[in-house]
Formats: sequence, structure tokens, C-alpha cells
Amino acid sequence: MGNPFQPLPDKEFDYLAAQHLLNRAGFGGTPSQVRALQALGLDDAVDYLVDFKGERVANDGFEFKSDILREQTPEERETLRRARATGDAETIARIERERQMRQNADRAQIAEMKRWWLARMIETGRPLQEKLTLFWHGHFATGYRTIENSWHMLMQNGMLRSNCAGGFATLARGIISDPAMLKYLDNDENRKASPNENLARELLELFTLGEGNGYSERDIKEGARALTGRTFRGNEFFFDRSQHDGGGKQILRRSGNFGGDDFVSIILEQPACSRFIAWKLYRFFVSDAPTVTRDGAETIERLAKALREARSELRPALRALFRSQHFYALENRQAIVKSPTQLIVQTVRGLGTPARSVDRLVEAGDLMGQELFQPPSVKGWPGGRSWINTATMFTRQNTAVFLITGRSTRGPASGADEPYDAMQLVEHLRGAGGALDPRECIRSVAAFALGAEPGPARVAELEDYLDGLGGRIDNDRMKALLCLITAMPEYQLC
Amino acid sequence: MNDSAFTRRLFLERGCMLASLAATVPGFIERSALGVLGDPALASQPGIPEERVLVIVQLGGGNDGLNTVVPFGADEYYRARPQIGIRAPGATAQNGQAAALLLDQARGLGLHPNLTGLKELYDEGLLQVVQGVGYPNPNRSHFTSMDIWQTGRLDAKGNGWIGRYFDNQCNGTPMPEAAVAIGRNAPIALEGDVQKPVAFESASLFRWNGQDLHPSLQAPYDRINRAAGDGGFAGRAGDPAKAETQKEFLMRTALDAQVSSDRIRAAVAKKPLVEYPNHALAQQLRLVGAMIRDGMPTRVYYASMGGFDTHGGQLGPHGNLMRAFGDSIRAFQRDLKESGHDARVTTMVFSEFGRRVKQNASGGTDHGTAAPVFLVGPSVRPGVFGHHPSLTDLDQGDLKHGVDFRSVYASVLEDWLKAPSEKVLRGSFQNPRLFKPTA
Repeated sequence: MGNPFQPLPDKEFDYLAAQHLLNRAGFGGTPSQVRALQALGLDDAVDYLVDFKGERVANDGFEFKSDILREQTPEERETLRRARATGDAETIARIERERQMRQNADRAQIAEMKRWWLARMIETGRPLQEKLTLFWHGHFATGYRTIENSWHMLMQNGMLRSNCAGGFATLARGIISDPAMLKYLDNDENRKASPNENLARELLELFTLGEGNGYSERDIKEGARALTGRTFRGNEFFFDRSQHDGGGKQILRRSGNFGGDDFVSIILEQPACSRFIAWKLYRFFVSDAPTVTRDGAETIERLAKALREARSELRPALRALFRSQHFYALENRQAIVKSPTQLIVQTVRGLGTPARSVDRLVEAGDLMGQELFQPPSVKGWPGGRSWINTATMFTRQNTAVFLITGRSTRGPASGADEPYDAMQLVEHLRGAGGALDPRECIRSVAAFALGAEPGPARVAELEDYLDGLGGRIDNDRMKALLCLITAMPEYQLC
Repeated sequence: MNDSAFTRRLFLERGCMLASLAATVPGFIERSALGVLGDPALASQPGIPEERVLVIVQLGGGNDGLNTVVPFGADEYYRARPQIGIRAPGATAQNGQAAALLLDQARGLGLHPNLTGLKELYDEGLLQVVQGVGYPNPNRSHFTSMDIWQTGRLDAKGNGWIGRYFDNQCNGTPMPEAAVAIGRNAPIALEGDVQKPVAFESASLFRWNGQDLHPSLQAPYDRINRAAGDGGFAGRAGDPAKAETQKEFLMRTALDAQVSSDRIRAAVAKKPLVEYPNHALAQQLRLVGAMIRDGMPTRVYYASMGGFDTHGGQLGPHGNLMRAFGDSIRAFQRDLKESGHDARVTTMVFSEFGRRVKQNASGGTDHGTAAPVFLVGPSVRPGVFGHHPSLTDLDQGDLKHGVDFRSVYASVLEDWLKAPSEKVLRGSFQNPRLFKPTA
């Protein structure tokens, strides 16, 4: 009985293993990128990804406006008050129109932010940074439609990104000081005289310990008191001392005049916390199959221990996970249903297609059930098999067709005519005379696109198809083959 | 014998099984691929085609309820809306303000002059108007109020009320095609934890479009996506207890998708039995009518129409919307009658809010609160339900609701879909009994 958390022997870090790592700790890469990663060897390859050694992405989001939804100035408030008092309908209507315009501008900005983030995931040289940011966005789920403030969503996105591989404690403290979250879970209404338990409840149930894992309703009530007064003014966190309940509290068997940060510290001492975070990381990075295997359970336990030993620092735990035998085990290849974002970004980065129209890709993501900055609820995206149904299946297959060929059922898109050189996927297979063996190309491209050796029936289907077209391989035929490969149900796995 | 509960249960068991059967009985795959569900021999069995259908029509943007169901008997109405009020039935049109169609003389209620379609249905006893529907502490944001209606929750959070209805009916196994939305996105209303809706703008989009690249791609695509082989179902058919692998799950869903696509495209390819006007809503309802006629197992359809956010110069544009709305509903009802399916279909029409009582300075109306909901079909109690909200007892210039929208849902769930409402609505709402006792 081996320890599944032991590092993989370096010699087993082969091409498919390197691709598996790049798919899971990122969004895949072209054959040459996979070979470069493999050449680093397991340890350096993992470090390259975990330490964000790649190039920072140029577009950093500073072009967004922070004051679209600024609060009213005292003068504006006075004008409105006077208009109401005198029944000046025209002025009231004008102010309402201005408010509407600001709201429309803000919705335009969140739409722009969705494109910005997706483009960033496609372009970044630090894929794990974006992938972890997406993980935390789903974990500390906050939706724009509830808070209607795009700048606050962007601030939260930045906070999650800055701390994505750092300490979980920093993230947890960050989130109870984050205007978007404070608004989303009504903590701006959590006052001494009338506590609102929403944030305290979700902090325990969804963000740290997991439902039913060793806390009581009383802990929620007392925790809510500890969080009273945590609100925001404009774009800044604000601790409203006058609304804070400074009295004694008893939380998780500890007593004191706790505030929000103390509440988080007490939670983090619980072993259930590291176990819960380890479980969520496992589902996101290793396998989201409905049942966890025995090795999987053992790995989660050891990952939790690694988190505790590193005082909830994520990097050492992630490093160990991405090196572990279990991560590369056969049972965990093709064991995750690609999220819509993963499907889009990995198709572009892996197959090397043009991104064509980020607008269209954002729309495809929405249709497939993952609208960025808008998780369905505070529980985030349930993921796994819930991504897949009869409608999303077609959207997934057609999104790949769009990226490969530029064709779309939704009418012409910008970037539809951008050429795609699919032959770069097989360039490395050219023999001495520069010739390509069509059968070798098929097997290699299918294995590469699917991240696993294809079954014999699949290979035969593709070979028959190519034979019907004269058996030669060229760019158009390669694109047609890729349309078929991406339409294979197993292409939805990574 | 009360066979409606019996057939419903059968349907649900069958519906729930559609997906799971495919995983364990390879024969099903072939049969369903051949369209056995549309087979008349099977169709006459209790369970599927007799089943009840709910069609939800959403009027997006906040429809002006006061100019839809017109309280012509109230002087306050005309005082609040000097330029945009609809005149009393029989009056001559003036400045573009036409006379309402008479609904109820005693209550002083009329319909917008362009709602001739609805008026016909009303006269035939197929229309119910539920007056003053809303909820406490009305939210005037389109987004939020629409989410409140669709989730059936005042905090606008979580999944949809219809999605929860399906989740509660079917423990853990989604029913393919149970809920179909015509449109680009599926509305939150149909999203459950387990149950996910199918959504498409036109049936031609509900398929793989790779074959457009070259027809030769169709055959291999079909073999790939309809295959039971490659270690798929065939390999584990004898061992149903074994958990389905990720790949098996995906292959099964891919097959379901092909079957759905075939069925839906075959259904809508048939010519409708009546002519539908050329409005967007009518064209959506034409697809719904075709799918119902074809015996799809779908229980809830969702159609929508936008443009109701009439802040300025609303008289003309709102009139056009009313025409399109009324004519579309009439054509749909005629189609259902013609195909003999009208008895098993009820249509519910709502908007996220009504509009303010007073017209604004630009000849339009701003976001308001309570508004009428319409129920259409032979099973609804015809007529006007509830009281028109008072035009004098206002809440900051807005109507106070008399009927909570979740009560309307409660009646639809209990009396039409025959499902307990408390779990779906997460609370107990008084059932106003909007359906005939025989329904």
C-alpha cells in the first residue's frame, strides 16, 4: 500500500503527464509548450506553474472606472430633497434619468470586465494564477446582479488574485472586509441592535468549515455579532464602531469580546477548516467524479495536513498535490468535467486556435452555465456533471467548431475569418523528408486533444473519415478532424 | 377513478427513468433514437400526451398594467393619465387615446383597445385576469424584480421556482426536455439544482453545426455521439449497480442530446394548423404549439417578449405591444384547439412589475408595482379575479398589491401541476383557486 501523496518518480513525468499538469494547473498548452514543460522535469515544472514564473499579462484592468456609481454629493442630495418637497417632477425625473444612465454605464462596464477576464485567462503566462482566482471566485461566490457595482466586483477579483496562492487566512480576512461580499451577504445591514446572520452563516457553512462540520446555530448567532459594524463607505471597507457589538461572545467553545478578525482566527484553528478547503481543492484540481476513491480520501486528508503544517499557506500544499502520484493516477486522468471557462480557454490555448471574438466566447460561457462575476448563488458553481445537459452539450460542441473554423450558428462574428493553422499540432511529427504519416497524425492529435490515448473505435472512425477524403492530411482536413474530435463526448473531460 | 394522479405518477416515473434507463438498457437507445416516444401506440398509453402543460409567457420591461386592464370607471385614472389614459368603452378616440374593450361594466374594467385577441378569448370563457398581483416591499429594478418573480423568493436568490418543482418531483435524476425555453438563454425560473432546461432560439440552432463545414462530417459525428460502443453502455449494461464513469455519463448525455434534437426539429418542421401572425412572440408560441402537438414530454414551456419599459411617449409603442401580445396568444390558443391539445395546456402571462399610476412628464410611465397576471385555457376559472388595486390608497404613488404572486404560483402548482406548493415556494401561500374544480 503506497502513499498516494508521495511524489511521482521523475521518470514517470512523461508527455501526457506534463499535459495533464498543464491542463489542470492551467488551461492547457500547445504540443511545443507541453514538451517544454516536460523537459523541466516534475519539480521544476510544478514550481514554474505554482510560483507564477511565466510572463505577467499586460492588460491589468486599470482602464476601468471606479466612480460610475459614486454616492450622491451633498449638493445633489439637497437638490433632490428640495425637488421632492416642492413636487418638482421634472427635477426628480432628471435625477432618476441620471441614475439610470449611471446604472447602464455600470452594466456596460461589467460586460467589459467579463471580456477582460476571459481574455486575460487566454493570454496569461501565469495560468495557475487565473485558475486559482476563478476557483476562489466560485468559493467566495459573489454575484454582480445582487450588488450592482462593477468596481466592487473588480476590487474583489483583484483581492482574490493577489492572495490566490498565499494564505487562506488572508483570503478569509480579506473577504470579510470586501465591499462586494459585505453587500452580497447583507453585512452592511448587520448592526448591533439587529444582527444579520447571513455572512456569519455562509462564512461557516460555505467558506470555511462546510455544512454541518462542527458548528452550531449558536456559533452563527455569536459570529454574526462579531461581524456587526463591518460595512463599506464608497469603495472602501469601513468599520462602523457605533454599530459593532463589543460585548462578550462564545464561538466554537472560545469566549471573548471577539470581532470579525478574531472570528476568522477561531474558525481557522478548527481541523475541519483545512479538511474542507482540501476537499474543495481536490474537486477542482484532481477529480469531480461523484464518488471519492480510497486513495482520493487519503490524498484529501494529507492535503489538509499539508495546509495545516504550512499555517494555511496554499503554495506548499499545491506544490505537494501537483507532484503527488495520486494527481497523475490513471483514475484521475479525464476525471474532471471541464467548466465552460476551461473548455473555452483550453481549446484556444491547447489547440492554438484564434480566440476570434471574445464577446462571442463570453456569451458561449454564459450559455454553458458559467457567467463570470455571476455565480448562480453564494454556493458558487456546483461544477462536475451539473455543467452538462442536452442543451449545453450542443453549445460546447459548437463553441469548439466556432474556434476551429470561425463558423457560428449565431450569425457572423468578428474574427470569423482569422486563419487557423491546425498543422502546428503535428509539425513535430514530420519525418526526415518532411513527410507526415496521416495515421500517426490522427493518433497523435486525438491523444493530444483528448489528453489521453483514444480508444481503437475512435481512431478507426477518424481514419475512415480521412480515407474517405483521399487519405491525405492538410490544414482543412486537420480542422475537420478537430471538429470531430472536439465533438467526442470525452472532449468535455480533462 | 381519479386517473390524473395516477398518470402523473406514471409519467414522472417514466420521465425520471428516461435518462437512467438509457444507462442500463442498451435496447432503449435504439428505440428512442427511432423516436419511439412519438409512436402513436405508445402515445395512447397513460402517462405522456395526456399530461398537463404549463406555458409561461414573460413580458419583459414592466408592462403597464393600468393600460392593459383599464379601470375606466375610476376618475382618478383619468386624472393621473390625462395624455395616455385609455378611454371608456364606447367613447370616441381622441388624440390617439382610443376606447377600451369592455371587460366588466359593473366593475368598470376594460381591456386595451388592441387586445382584441384576449377579448375574444375572454368572451369564450378561456381567459382569467388576476388583478393587482405583486409582492411586499416592491423592488423597482428590472433585474431584481424579474429575479424575484423567477426564483419565487423575495431575496431573489437561488434557483427558479419551476426548477425546484422538477427537483422535488424527481429525486436526483433530471428529466431531459422537461422544461424548454424559447430564447437565447434559459430563464432562472427553469433552473433547478438537478433539473436543467433546454433553451434554443430556433430549432435549427439546437444541433451540432460542424456538418455545415462539409456534409461528410455528419455520419462520423452521428456514430460518435449516438454510439453505445467504445466501452460505453454496452460494457456495463449487465451491472447497473456500478457507478457510471464520467465518460459514460457524457456519452449518455450526448445521446440524449441527439434524440432531443431530432425530436424537436422534427416537431417544428411540421406546418402549424393555424396561421400565426408575424410577431416574435407568435413565432415562439408557434414552436411551442408544434412541440405540444408532437407529443413532446415537456411539462413547462417558456416564451418571452420584451420592450415593455415605456418611459416616454408610450401610447403608440405600447399599443403595438398590446396588439402583438393579444394576437399571439389568440393564435396559440386557436392552434391548440385545432390540434386537440387545448385541454391539457394552461398559459400564464406575467411581467416583473407594473408602472406608476401617474404618467410622467414625457408621456410615459415609470417603474411601478402591482399588475395583472393572465391565465389562459379551458381549465382556468374564466373572468376577473380579485379587486382592482385602489387608485387612491397608494404607496408613494404606486399601487398596493392585493394578490401575492406566490399565491398565483401556489394555485398553478397545486391545481394545475398537482404538486404540493410549500416545498417549491419555501413557504405556505394561500391558494386563490384559479382553476375550475374539475381541473
